[in-house]
Amino acid sequence: MIYRENGQFKTNYLSDQQILPIRQDRIAIALLLIVAAVIVPLTATEYLFSAILVPFLVLSLAALGLNVLVGYCGQISLGTGAFMAIGAYAAFNFHTRIDGFPLLLSLLMGGACATVFGVLFGIPSLRIRGLYLAVATLAAQFFADWAFLRIRWLTNHSSSGSVSAGRLELFGLPIDTPAQRYLLCLAFVVVFAVLVKNLVRGAIGREWMAIRDMDVAATVIGIRPTYAKLSAFAVSSFIVGVAGALWGFVHLGSWEPAAFGIERSLQLLFMVIIGGLGSIMGAFFGAAFIVILPIFLSQFPAWLGLPLSTTAAAHLEAMIFGVLIVFFLIVEPHGLARLWSTGKEKLRLWPFPH
Amino acid sequence: MKFRSLALSTAVLAAGLATALPAPDARAAAEQFFPALVFRTGAYAPNGAPWADGYIDYLKLVNARGGINGVKISFEECETGYATDRGVECYERLKGKNGGATVFQPLSTGITFALTEKAPVDRIPVITAGYGLSESADGGVFGWNFPITGVHWASADMQVQYIAQREGGFDRLKGKKITLLYHDSPYGKEAIPVLEARAAMHGFQFNAIPVTHPGVEQKSAWLQIRQNRPDYVLLWGWGVMNPTALKEAQATGFSREKVIGHWPSGGEPDVADLGNAAKGYSAVVLQPAAAHDSQVVEEILSKVHAKGQGTGPKEAVGQMLYMRGVVSAMIGVEGVRRAQERFGKGKVMTGEQVRWGLENLALDQPALDALGFAGVLRPIHTSCVDHMGGAWGRVQTWDGSRWVPSGTWFQADEQLLKPMIRKGADKYAENRKIERRSPQACQD
Amino acid sequence: MGFLLETIIGGLMAGVLYSLIALGFVLIFKASGVFNFAQGAMVLFAALAMARFAEWIPQWLGFESALLANALGFIVALALMIVVAWAVERFVLSGLVNQSGVTLLMATLGIAYFLDGFGQTLFGSEIYRLDIGIPKDPVIVADGWFEGGLLISREDVFAASIAGALVVALTVFFHSTAVGRALRAVADDHQAAQSIGIPLGRIWVIVWSIAGFVALVAGMIWGSKLGVQFSLSLVALKAFPVVILGGLTSIPGAIVGGLIIGMGEKLSEVYLGPLLGGGIEIWFAYVLALLFLLVRPQGLFGEKIIDRV
Repeated sequence: MIYRENGQFKTNYLSDQQILPIRQDRIAIALLLIVAAVIVPLTATEYLFSAILVPFLVLSLAALGLNVLVGYCGQISLGTGAFMAIGAYAAFNFHTRIDGFPLLLSLLMGGACATVFGVLFGIPSLRIRGLYLAVATLAAQFFADWAFLRIRWLTNHSSSGSVSAGRLELFGLPIDTPAQRYLLCLAFVVVFAVLVKNLVRGAIGREWMAIRDMDVAATVIGIRPTYAKLSAFAVSSFIVGVAGALWGFVHLGSWEPAAFGIERSLQLLFMVIIGGLGSIMGAFFGAAFIVILPIFLSQFPAWLGLPLSTTAAAHLEAMIFGVLIVFFLIVEPHGLARLWSTGKEKLRLWPFPH
Repeated sequence: MKFRSLALSTAVLAAGLATALPAPDARAAAEQFFPALVFRTGAYAPNGAPWADGYIDYLKLVNARGGINGVKISFEECETGYATDRGVECYERLKGKNGGATVFQPLSTGITFALTEKAPVDRIPVITAGYGLSESADGGVFGWNFPITGVHWASADMQVQYIAQREGGFDRLKGKKITLLYHDSPYGKEAIPVLEARAAMHGFQFNAIPVTHPGVEQKSAWLQIRQNRPDYVLLWGWGVMNPTALKEAQATGFSREKVIGHWPSGGEPDVADLGNAAKGYSAVVLQPAAAHDSQVVEEILSKVHAKGQGTGPKEAVGQMLYMRGVVSAMIGVEGVRRAQERFGKGKVMTGEQVRWGLENLALDQPALDALGFAGVLRPIHTSCVDHMGGAWGRVQTWDGSRWVPSGTWFQADEQLLKPMIRKGADKYAENRKIERRSPQACQD
Repeated sequence: MGFLLETIIGGLMAGVLYSLIALGFVLIFKASGVFNFAQGAMVLFAALAMARFAEWIPQWLGFESALLANALGFIVALALMIVVAWAVERFVLSGLVNQSGVTLLMATLGIAYFLDGFGQTLFGSEIYRLDIGIPKDPVIVADGWFEGGLLISREDVFAASIAGALVVALTVFFHSTAVGRALRAVADDHQAAQSIGIPLGRIWVIVWSIAGFVALVAGMIWGSKLGVQFSLSLVALKAFPVVILGGLTSIPGAIVGGLIIGMGEKLSEVYLGPLLGGGIEIWFAYVLALLFLLVRPQGLFGEKIIDRV
């Protein structure tokens, strides 16, 4: 009843092709954006910004990028941490070496450098498929881990090998408070989400999905697999690179290569799969699940008053995390996004039975 | 079935979102809050757990002694697993709790770097006793970092001094080969600048072999060592890299007496598994070394463990890593006590006030002995520009079942280190466009 | 020249140890089509179980013999791994029949997290000693031919022979016993195997138990080399290139892949490493596997991937 599309007719192609054709969707998204951009900065605590919202936004951006590659184009990649690292270090180099280089541009250039490497490491995907490709992309991961420790030029010859971004300034306004950092990340996420949504609705998105579903058949009907796969790697690495730059600059402030290790890659793959492959919403759901759940699990025993040592709590967290992942995969293998759309489907009829 | 699973999943997610609400805070605000960022899980747990036990036990001891001039200490552990982002999350969660965190001590280089950015903004000092960025000994640039009792450069310097002592003098080092086997991370790389400087000064050949985290794969490194036949191997590992290195040394027939470690590679977990196979391995540890017979250990055993309040096993009390935790906690507590002398005895101190206290520590030997650290620590005197307070160390040798400290104290060479620290700090300040603190700022 | 030989021998030995872990991957992939990311966690869990039970059983039953303690510890750990295999089949695999490879991969990652936490909760997170009596000192041979002689690590030889024996036993098992044939049938085609009456669920339990046994042997050997603690599960990361180089479905592939990767790794680290500053082992192994895959995308001995449209 709430979700009835009764009476919402489209009279021209333009309105028929909009991203959110149903009025209730448009209202919901508008409300969400107002809450996110206006109400949250005014009411949230510092802890909420720094430990929950900013990591959630940055990781959902990275999950969005990975979803393009894994969910829409079907190329499993375990080297996402490496691309985040490339984005972060490239942005750092542009930011520090060139005096007065605008922050926005350094973040985007970080993404651009990640794109170059993404395409490079995507070339094997033209020949290798499936799980073999997944493990082959680990080569990118470990190579990046090594390169940022060994090649001193990349870290601006810092004696310790760890780098920091320093003060951030956007168009002259300082980005100091947690609320400002949150708004910066929110802006990036919204812009990229709209861009990706439009990409996947367009011709290139359909090419990706065709390659994912059956790449031999796609080639037969004339889709060039080289172009499709490499463009998926390019777009995905760009977004992941920008997310990596944001992670380093905005969330951590100062980082070493271990911050972008294989655990990060696996974490992002988790987000994409739990959230739902091939859906924009899925990236957000997955990121929320993976960011909030460990924090919840580590504080949960304290709320119940159970006197657990931190070791036992940490192990319990790992165990419950594993169980919940398996649980969600069994209950809904297509991810939380599918649960959400099932819910919306039911809302179309509710409270009527049919 | 679908609807049930839908409902169940929604419930789980909603519960998770409830974490966003701040947890109820039940403790009174009239206590000095010491958060403890520890790692008792993960690849480095065997080294992190005793440190954490020592830290918490000392805080309990202070409470048993009556608090800091009557102010009791409250504390809370937060598990970081040695991961930077979890460390940052713990920091954000605990910095404002219970009236505000007093100090942070992350025991991890990665987390230290991240906190070095955030602590000045939140005005909470970060104590990194014996680790962290070596340049942070310069308090003029790093106003909120306190590597009291020493930094990694001091460890490296003292290792060379120890080798010189074994060889019979610095002039005997000429032509010798020294290999550095280091953990491939910012921590491990800290050794290199000092060793290169000393190699240039004394004419020994120096080469460095990195070992990728976590350090279980060292066969090629030790094959290279077997080929090079160095006179000494300096072991700069952490966690499982240390016992693996010693096992590989055994497997390639390299005498353990020629392997020299320092405090991250000189703890009980690093050698306990090997027993006699590691006999002869020695480590130059920044103070404190293992101290089973010290007065503070006796007090902890009698006032904390005897009452059933001990954190961790009794056998670990007095081991080197445990003592490091104790000394780290002691420094924090003494910083508060010193701050109380200026800002009000018996009152809870803020982070800024504790920073002043840490910058004006004057712990001479009688004061340390009174606290129970006779024979464990040398005097510590900090100042606005010198956040290290003197770097002393001792050699301890593994005899097959325990670490035996030797009598002589080594002191890191100020002539060598001071200019390096200054130069490093200046470069950091230049990169980050920070101004050196003026003498005025030090008085606040 | 002597040093080159030493490096090659060391590499081959290391390679055999990697193949020991890779075997677990191949077994499970062959029979259930799942890439078992939890193999590392299983190695850790099995090693922890054996180390701790070998410590506790003498205390409970009151005897001193290390050999008996180790043997009993091994048996108890094996029983535990069979229980784990049963639980995995019952709670995870049966709920995820016919799902895509990536979903199954993620499910095994979930199992890995669970086993990590569960194992350390049951057995503790310190370093535990596992001493099965393997001599640790090296032996120097061919003193006259090469300067300084050739270093042969007795521990590695021991480990390599155990691994070799295991491989031979598994190959014989797969080819000559009825259960082995059933496993191969299931690996070929699940539906066809079911249609001729092979009970799929029971086969999966058997396969995961065998993989658990392999994990236990691997854990025993690596645990005695490195000590049993958390990083043991990270050794699995070194086995991935072995698995994809040899082919996900081939047992001889796991061995040959292991030898190639082990040798390639050590040679690259010792000879190429110093030029690049060192530490290149781990990514070199992956790059080597990647290069082989570019030539043969299904691995050296893997099944050719045929797409039908």
